[in-house]
Amino acid sequence: MWSGVLVYAENYGRGLKSSVFELLGKASELRTRLGGLVYSITLASEEVDVHAEELIYYGSDKVLVYRVPKELLPNQLVHRDALVDSVKALKPKLVLISATPWGRSLGPRVAAHLKTGITADCLDIYVDENGDVVQVRPAFTGNVIAHIKTLRTPVIATVRPKVFPMPEPDHGRKGDVLCMKLNIPGNDVAGVRVLGVAREKLVKLSEAEVIISVGKGLRSREDLRLFEELAKALGGQVACSRPLVDVGWMERDRQVGFSGNVVRPRIYIACGISGAPQHLAGMRDSEYVIAVNTDSSAPIGRYSDLLVVGDFYEVIPKLVERIKELKSKL
Amino acid sequence: MNIVVLIKPTPDVTKVRFDVERGVVDRSSAELEINQFDLYAVEVALLIKEVLGGSVTAVSMAPPQGERALRDAVARGVDKAILLTDGRFAGADTLATSYTLAAAVRKLGGYDLILCGEKSVDGDTAHVGPEVAEHLNVPHAAFVTRVVEVSSNKVVVESDYGDAYYLLELQLPALISLSRPVVFRDRVVEPRTPRLGDVLKARRARVEVWDAYYLADVADLEGFGLAGSATRVVRVFNVFEKDRNSITVSGEEGVDRILEVLRSRRLV
Ligand SMILES: Cc1cc2nc3c(=O)[nH]c(=O)nc-3n(C[C@H](O)[C@H](O)[C@H](O)COP(=O)(O)OP(=O)(O)OC[C@H]3O[C@@H](n4cnc5c(N)ncnc54)[C@H](O)[C@@H]3O)c2cc1C
Ligand SMILES: Nc1ncnc2c1ncn2[C@@H]1O[C@H](COP(=O)(O)O)[C@@H](O)[C@H]1O
Repeated sequence: MWSGVLVYAENYGRGLKSSVFELLGKASELRTRLGGLVYSITLASEEVDVHAEELIYYGSDKVLVYRVPKELLPNQLVHRDALVDSVKALKPKLVLISATPWGRSLGPRVAAHLKTGITADCLDIYVDENGDVVQVRPAFTGNVIAHIKTLRTPVIATVRPKVFPMPEPDHGRKGDVLCMKLNIPGNDVAGVRVLGVAREKLVKLSEAEVIISVGKGLRSREDLRLFEELAKALGGQVACSRPLVDVGWMERDRQVGFSGNVVRPRIYIACGISGAPQHLAGMRDSEYVIAVNTDSSAPIGRYSDLLVVGDFYEVIPKLVERIKELKSKL
Repeated sequence: MNIVVLIKPTPDVTKVRFDVERGVVDRSSAELEINQFDLYAVEVALLIKEVLGGSVTAVSMAPPQGERALRDAVARGVDKAILLTDGRFAGADTLATSYTLAAAVRKLGGYDLILCGEKSVDGDTAHVGPEVAEHLNVPHAAFVTRVVEVSSNKVVVESDYGDAYYLLELQLPALISLSRPVVFRDRVVEPRTPRLGDVLKARRARVEVWDAYYLADVADLEGFGLAGSATRVVRVFNVFEKDRNSITVSGEEGVDRILEVLRSRRLV
């Protein structure tokens, strides 16, 4: 009965999220143990064929596309109805959703509707020796890792972006595309009216490859210039720990941690950040961590690949100077 | 305006002990307090009440020690506190937790707005709020960073979708889960510190205790606790064992080392 993996391809009017392709890569891998097909479902108002094609190139055998009017695309309850509808039609063993804010708001509505379990923000998913799906997730502000099984079907998980590798698309791949219809009553679906975009994000830290993060050691807002310069030289983004957001020097979009953004850059440089568990929860999985701290015993040292004991007011300007020297030689 | 605030009594995660050997969390090692994000929900509830009048009811599902967090909520100004506690509620995952909380809200009746936190510091899922909304079949907005306007029949909020912040209008009754920092109208919300007098008064305040049977007319007992849970934790371990092998350097050598790393990754 219940077999295969269904990937929910997030699109609320800004195109497919790239993390969807990571999910498809994982789905193809899990399918060899779970049997069945790799399905995907998406909602779109335009470029329907392009989306469907991409989903096939990245591993879908069958794509369900629900075409909805543009103004309804950012309404989550429309997506709930479509996802519930597709689960009922396809009966997948496992449903994967990206653990973006959107996914973590939509996923639980779908799970509660279907009266099944949902595991949040997974870092891994595997099939054990009994053939059961096991979901791996952090809890207690990232202090523990739990392995979780779901006793009902489908198994639903939201998966943290960037934990699974991006697969190579196969442009020769073929698959089925099914155009689906939803019964939509009007513009005001189930009591929700989307008025529009309130504001754009200043930055998407979760996508940054290089992050220079600043903590409470910063003496004034003006001194941020130091870090902006370094970020510019490295093609990276400036981020911070919570205290800088609390005093209003930085925007929430730049906060790393449990109550901020979870990041996975290639390089994370933590300047004047002690390494509280709530901060570590947001950056622990960075590829390479450099800490600059006056205190050699600061906890961040234990989660760094390189700890530079020193005052960042000295280290960072020197570093910027050296990078400039190098660049001028080219 | 009848407002319900969902408060999770949680331990301070920096104090709680993790039994690495057995892979369990020793929940008795730290006292339970109001989940940090829920403090913003309490504050926003009180601010809305200041504007529109009405009452604020705090609801927690927790072991008996959870009463402490509810007393704190009373000291901050909530009108009524309800503790859902019963052995039958134990072992609940988000499905069973949200089912139980939704049942309690239904039992209360006549609510307009439910406020909750973005996520809890121990459960860490952010899923309970939207699941409660689904059980009650009301609209919701999660990761709310601004409550723009609220009236007797609707609320306008700004919600973080991930790529941008969207403006949503929800018909009441509805549920919103609050992020931080959060703005109410034009003011950045800062949870108030309860006054000493109110703390003392709250010690004697009545916290209603509801058990599973009390909810029998609005819910199916099989939906509570472990029995109603769709998931099982099969293994837990502490992640703080996995330190990186860090190299420590100081002074000028530090700059050299950083440059080396950057160069090896072709960033300079
Ligand atoms: C529910 C909850 C959620 C939270 N969420 C987050 C979150 O998402 N993100 C987050 O960051 N925090 C979060 N926190 C706060 C967290 O607990 C810490 O308070 C915070 O991370 C500390 O920030 P910090 O490291 O910048 O400051 P501190 O802990 O004060 O550390 C400052 C560090 O800078 C060093 N230093 C000072 N001056 C210099 C200098 N000139 N050069 C080099 N080093 C210097 C010091 O040695 C020290 O190690 C949360 C807390 C709670 C309770
Ligand atoms: N046991 C509970 N009692 C009351 N409220 C809860 C409970 N569990 C979760 N919540 C609410 O749901 C929010 C999200 O929690 P979670 O899904 O555990 O991250 C919390 O901030 C609370 O507002």
